[in-house]
This record gives sequence, structure tokens and C-alpha cells, in this order.
Amino acid sequence: MKRLLSLAIATALSSTVMSTSVLAENIAIVGGKVITQTKQGTLESGTVLIKDGAIEKVSSGTDVPSGYTKVDASGKVVTPGFVGALTSLGLVEVASWAGEVDSSASSTKVSTTGAALDVTYAINPDSTLIDVSRIEGVTSAATTIANTDLMFHGQGAVIGLDDDADILKDKAFMVVNMDGASADSHGGSRAVLWVTLEALIDEVASTKKIPSLTSGWDGMNARADIKALKGVLKGDIPLFIEADRAADIRQVLAFKKRHPDIRIVLLHGVEAWRVADQLAKANIPVILDPQLNLPGNFEQLGATLHNAERLEKAGVKVAIGMETHNIRLAAQHAGNAVANGLSYEGGIASLTSVPAMILGVDDQVGSLAPGKRADVVIWSGDPLEVTEAAEQVYIEGEAIEMSSRQTKLRDRYMALKDVSAGKTSHYVKPQ
Amino acid sequence: MKHTSSKLAIALACLCSTVSMQPIAQAEEQTEQAPHVSINTDPYPSTYTPISGKPTVITNVTILDGVGSRIENGMVYFADGKIVAVGETVDYPNDAVVIDGKGKWVTPGIIDNHSHLGVYPTPSVGSTSDGNEMTSPVTPGVWAEHSVWPQDPGFGRALAGGVTSLQILPGSANLFGGRSVVLKNVPSRTMQDMKFPDAPYGMKMACGENPKRVYGKKGGPMTRMGNVKGYRQAWSDAQNYMREWEKYEADYEAGKNPKAPKRNLDLETMAGVLSGDIRVHMHCYRADEMTVMMDMMKEFDYQIAAFHHAVEGYKIADKLAENNVCASMWADWWGFKLEAYDGIRENIPVVHAANACAIVHSDDELGIQRLNQEAAKAWSDGKRASIDISMEEAWQWLSANPAKSLGIFDKTGSIEAGKNADLVLWTGNPFSTYTKAEQVFVDGGKAYELGNPESWPLSDFEVGQVGEGDVK
Repeated sequence: MKRLLSLAIATALSSTVMSTSVLAENIAIVGGKVITQTKQGTLESGTVLIKDGAIEKVSSGTDVPSGYTKVDASGKVVTPGFVGALTSLGLVEVASWAGEVDSSASSTKVSTTGAALDVTYAINPDSTLIDVSRIEGVTSAATTIANTDLMFHGQGAVIGLDDDADILKDKAFMVVNMDGASADSHGGSRAVLWVTLEALIDEVASTKKIPSLTSGWDGMNARADIKALKGVLKGDIPLFIEADRAADIRQVLAFKKRHPDIRIVLLHGVEAWRVADQLAKANIPVILDPQLNLPGNFEQLGATLHNAERLEKAGVKVAIGMETHNIRLAAQHAGNAVANGLSYEGGIASLTSVPAMILGVDDQVGSLAPGKRADVVIWSGDPLEVTEAAEQVYIEGEAIEMSSRQTKLRDRYMALKDVSAGKTSHYVKPQ
Repeated sequence: MKHTSSKLAIALACLCSTVSMQPIAQAEEQTEQAPHVSINTDPYPSTYTPISGKPTVITNVTILDGVGSRIENGMVYFADGKIVAVGETVDYPNDAVVIDGKGKWVTPGIIDNHSHLGVYPTPSVGSTSDGNEMTSPVTPGVWAEHSVWPQDPGFGRALAGGVTSLQILPGSANLFGGRSVVLKNVPSRTMQDMKFPDAPYGMKMACGENPKRVYGKKGGPMTRMGNVKGYRQAWSDAQNYMREWEKYEADYEAGKNPKAPKRNLDLETMAGVLSGDIRVHMHCYRADEMTVMMDMMKEFDYQIAAFHHAVEGYKIADKLAENNVCASMWADWWGFKLEAYDGIRENIPVVHAANACAIVHSDDELGIQRLNQEAAKAWSDGKRASIDISMEEAWQWLSANPAKSLGIFDKTGSIEAGKNADLVLWTGNPFSTYTKAEQVFVDGGKAYELGNPESWPLSDFEVGQVGEGDVK
């Protein structure tokens, strides 16, 4: 449905595509300011060659070998497609009271602690959120269970926002919430919560062989949970630990010392700036929302718009983008972080290379390097500026149709204005 | 609002004449009138006093006057709390404070007509959750001002975002949620110290999902048709209540000694709407529902000041214009529930282009800090969809139109001589992610200055806590 006939492309891309020739497999995006997120840095006028769905070469200048369809990007900005750092894309259509919600989960016999849950079974490539997000430059995203009282939020995945919502990586990460709200639902105190986490981890570590389905097992983790947590203990699946309060983040740091093999990412981290040096030293990156500057509770008293800036200065890697329906606004959030001291490079990195690195998909996405998936965005200007927009998005080297259910609703109702000219009825059929 | 006090005066006059001037014999022949019962419509009056300011002129500045004009390299002079002059050049006294606005922009202060600051403050905990009286679907008798906690740190953050006035609304759980209050966004000890002098009250109503979700299993309404029955019955009751008071007044004036009707605080607020003193602000997402609400407002002869959220405003922009109802909207929120599923990024510009009154609102303690960016997104999304609106025209969404919806446009909402000097000096073009409010003036007093930590508001809640005094 969304993949285009080549004929349609020439018209759809009127603002960026100068060539009217039929789109070939090989594309050259020429003349734009190219932000590579590699050692090449930012090229003021560069060319991105795309071949067979992958980045072939990025170079300064505007020379293009023969056999490439030229796309003129002069005056525009070219970036890697944005990587949604933490979403529930593909798992939820309408969050409240309407349905298609696979982003909430509750305890079952099969998974008592939640570790075994696997979102890859639940992803719906037809979700309208995918189109809405990708036409604004988000080309892949981490997706996970978001609402659950279970200790672990299951095994998250990274998906491409192509028509099939390709799984770029399954069992990519696991979220565990170690803040006050989680303490409330796990015994009422952090004194219970942390002991619970340690006990669950301990059980996995001391279970050398996962008991068979026919043998008896009355562990705290269900059998399937043990299996999933083995991956966490080995460092294959990073553990995303949610915490805001500096004291809680210090517990995360202590946990890392006790379990050096576990790869840890700090999630939310409203007061992370207060322990920035220790986070940098422990090599723990942070996924955050840089807008949070209010004491939403007693865990966020140190909230400030300068969180991202201070973390960056201490050497902590920062990813920005924790939303689902509006993950497209991550660019605005990063822009506001830049307005409050984060470096511009750091702002772009927070949307591309850093989340790709955190999620373990930096070999596929997050930068414009040869061999990577050709997820590329041509922007009308600075992507962090609220008045600029993605003009053309490429996923796996294909120019996607720049429409969504939202743009179709818009067009349908804007056409109503022509009713007086006898042109249309309420139902405007697609051309 | 004044009519009751004048009736009180008449009543007192009557009383005087009966007691002191009539011969006793004559008085015995008449029924002696009990004291006239009248209702104080302003029992929690504003005690607002402006921050004192010096006569100030901002020069060399790009001005968006908020009513459609833009002046490059212009000047704004304000003194004694009012805007005195605006133009390319203006006269100002030698002792005026001069602010060089080179490279900067000045706009009217932002007015958010949809905020829950103070009633759903931060910290956002059960103890402070005072915005929804979810005990009955019809509670127009509760007043948001009696929940407002002036120490909500959100007020100060909003000020740093250029918000100079805001309407605090009850939540949307109820068909009739209660009265709203319009506040000046200045740090204060009390709600009354923030209360916008002479601003009319508003009344919150809500359509759709929220009332039926909250009350569906608590006695109803449990459907949208149940919602409408609930409104209509309440309006009918309010009409009846007004008739009782009218009869009382008429009988009293005729010299009889009627018994005053028992006060009903719910119906009293609704009667205020029907008599035109209180403005209706109605939470409503869907186009079809908004249209039913506009029929209902004709049935009971009142005016809806604004639909709030109006995510489907673009579908009925013509009808909003025809009925003179504003739409207060987000730039891009959508999908969190089904009635918000059809949100489009061009909602605000489409409504504006149909000559309806479009407003950018926040309904959010973070969004309120950057409403200029919300307007910028809507403006640029409109532009890309060939709805060409200038920035100077678009600023109406942030100041003039919300002021109109609140009934305070005669006092604020534009940079025009005689208006309150509610102004924001921006570090640059406010239609940019990177621009910040540099100085914020409320009634000519400097309420916030980016470069001066002394001016950064600090709520009591933040005193002695981590982060006290830090840049926010």
C-alpha cells in the first residue's frame, strides 16, 4: 500500500527531486548539509549515495557517478533517520478505552516477573502511528510494554518503520522500574523493591539449568523468565533501569558495581545530572525527556532543563525521545535541550547515533555510514527547529509516501472548501 | 455583576422609608417587608496589586502587536502599568528606562485559557489533586479558585515562558465541572492576590468520554445521549431557579413580602451563564458533538465562549465561525483516546482560515512553558498546507483570542495604547525552538528576567529543597 510506483514518486517529491526520471535502486542525495553522525562529521555540501537499500558512500561535494537518480538537497539538511529511543510503537493504537493496546500486560503463570514477555509477537505494522511518525523523520524505534505492575517490562524490540515494521533487533532491551511508584507496587518500599530485584537476579544466577516443563519448579521467576533474564545477566540484553531521584540513581550505580556484566541504561533520570560524573565513569548512558523541569514528586526535586547539558559535559551519552503517539516531537525536545546548553551535535546524536548505540542497532541505523540501512531524511532546514519539517524520508533506501491518516483527513476536509464550486462532496475519494 | 449591589441599595432604601418615614398607622395597614435578600457576586474579591514598574521604552525591536500588525525596528513605551504608545517611533520622557531591543522581538504576554496549575499542581500527588469534584456529574457550584494552590511551582515556570495571564479550570470529569478563575501570573501568597481584577468568571463543561467513563457505573450518564440529557435537565432547572428569583424580586418591588428562594450554588452559577455574566468553556473533541452543543446553547439561549481541545475543529471550522465560538487547541496532541484520534497538525490554521477564533492552549504544565513553540508548529504546518498566515496574524492565537474568550480583551491581549502593559521581550523570533522569554512584564512591572536569577520565581515548596535557586 505504501510502497510507491515509481511514477508517483516524481510528483510526490516535487520539492526535493529535481530529476523526473524513473527512480532507480540507486539514489544520490546531492548538495545538502549532511549530518553524518560518523567521523566525517557534518559536511556543508555533501552527497549521500544509496545502493540496494544501504548507504554506499558519503562524501563532500556534489559529484555523482552515473547510474544514480539525483535528488537535489541543496539548501536542505540531510540526517540519518531518527531512532525512537523508547516507545510503544506498533503495540498501541488508541491508548485509553478504545482498543488495540498491547503495551499493557499483567502477570500470568507463564511469566511471574514479566521478563519473558516478548513484544515481537504483538507488533502491528498497520498501526497508523507508524505513518504518522515516519513522515516526520522517525525511521526506527525501540518498542516496549509500557504499563504493567510486573517487575520487568518484558523483552523490548527495535523495529524499522517500514511497511512491514521489520524487527531490527528482538530481545533488544528490558525495562525495570526502580522508582517510588514501582516501590509502591512491590512491597511498598524501596527496601523491598531492591531486595526483590537482587533476589530475582540471584535466582537466575544460581539456576544453572533451566528446569524442564515437566519437572517441579516453584521459583519466584517462572521458567520462561529465567531464560530471558539469563540474557540480561550475560550482558546480551541491556537493562533499562528507570529512576529519577539521585539517591535511587546511586543505587543503580551500586547495582552496576555488584553486577559488572549487566549492561545498564538509566531511564528517565530527572536528577541524573546530580550524579553525572559517576554515571560517566560507570559508562551508563541516559534516556531522558529534557523538558522535565518541575518537581512532579519528591523524586524530581532537582528537575531542570539543563539536565542533558550537564550530563553531556560530564561525558554521559544522552538519548532523547520517550513518547509513543508523538515520538515525532523528540526533535523539538532535543531542540529545547540545545536551547538549554546541550551541544548541537549532541542534540542530533541524542536522536540518532546514541539511541542506536544504546539499543545495540548501531551496526544498522543511527548514522550515515557505508553499509548501514539507508534510513535518511531530507529536512527543509534545521530538524531541531519547530518550523522545519521532514520533506522526504527514505527507509531502507526507498522514498516513502509522505502521507498518513492525518494528512488524508486534512486533505479531505480542506477539500470541503471547494464545495461552493460544486467540486466535491463530503466524502472526498483519494485521487 | 453590579446589579445585585444596586438592588441591595434599593432594598435598603425601601427599608428606610418603611421604618422611619411612614406614619405608624399607615405602616400597620401594609405587610411589613423583611430585609431584601441579595447575593454578593464577588465574595472572594481580587486583592491583586501590580508589581511596581518604571516608565520603560523598548527600542529597535520587532513588534508583533497581537492584532495583526508587525513593526520592524519599532518602539513600545509603557508607564503606570499601561501601554502608552507603540509605533516606529514614539515620544517618551527622558527619565524612562530604555531597553535596546536590537535583534529581539516583543509581543503581548501569552494568555493560556486552559490551565490546571494550582488545582492539579506539582508535586502531582493525591494530596494536591484538587481539580475534579468527581462526586456528581453536575457540580457547577464548585469554584476552581477554592482549590488553587498559589505555591504551585508551575506558575513560575509558565512565567518564564512568557505567560502573563491564565484561566484555571476545573477538570473535565463532570458535565458541569465548576467555575474557573482568571489569574495574573505573578508570584503571590494567595489566590486573591493573583485574581485578575474584574475578569468575568467562566464555567467548565465537558463533552464525551470523560463524564461517561467516570459516571457510567456510578449512576450515569453512561452514554453521550445521557450526557446531553444531563446538561438539558440542569439548564431547565437553572431556568426554573431564575424564574423563582425573578418572581421574588418582582414581588418585593411590588411591596409584597415574599420569601427568598433557597440558594442553590450549582444553579446560581448556571443562572450566571444564562444571564450573560459567566462564560462557558467547554471541553469537547468531536465535530459532531460540538455541533450538538451549539444547538443546545441556542435552545437555552447562552453563548459558549470556547470549545477546549476541539481536536476535530477543522471539520466544522465554518460552524465555529458562524456561531462565534472560539476553539482552544493543541498543535499536535492526538490518539490518547478515540475522540482525539482524528487530530491533524493543521487544526489551528484551518480553524483560523475559516475566520473562526483560534486559540493555542496548553492544558499541561510543560506545554504552558512554550506555547510560542506550539503556535510556531501550527503556523508552519499551516504554511506547508498552503494556509498562508503571517506571524503577526498568528500571534492572535496566543494573546488576543484567548483574551476575547475570557472577556478581558478590553484590558489585555494586545500591544495597543491604553491596554495593560503585559509584554514579553523575546531573545529573538519567538517562532523558534531556540528563543526564550528574556523579560516578562505584567502591568508594566518586571515579573521575570532571564539573566537575573534574583527574579526567578521560587515557590515555598522548593525552598530548602534540592534544586532551590537552580536554573530551571
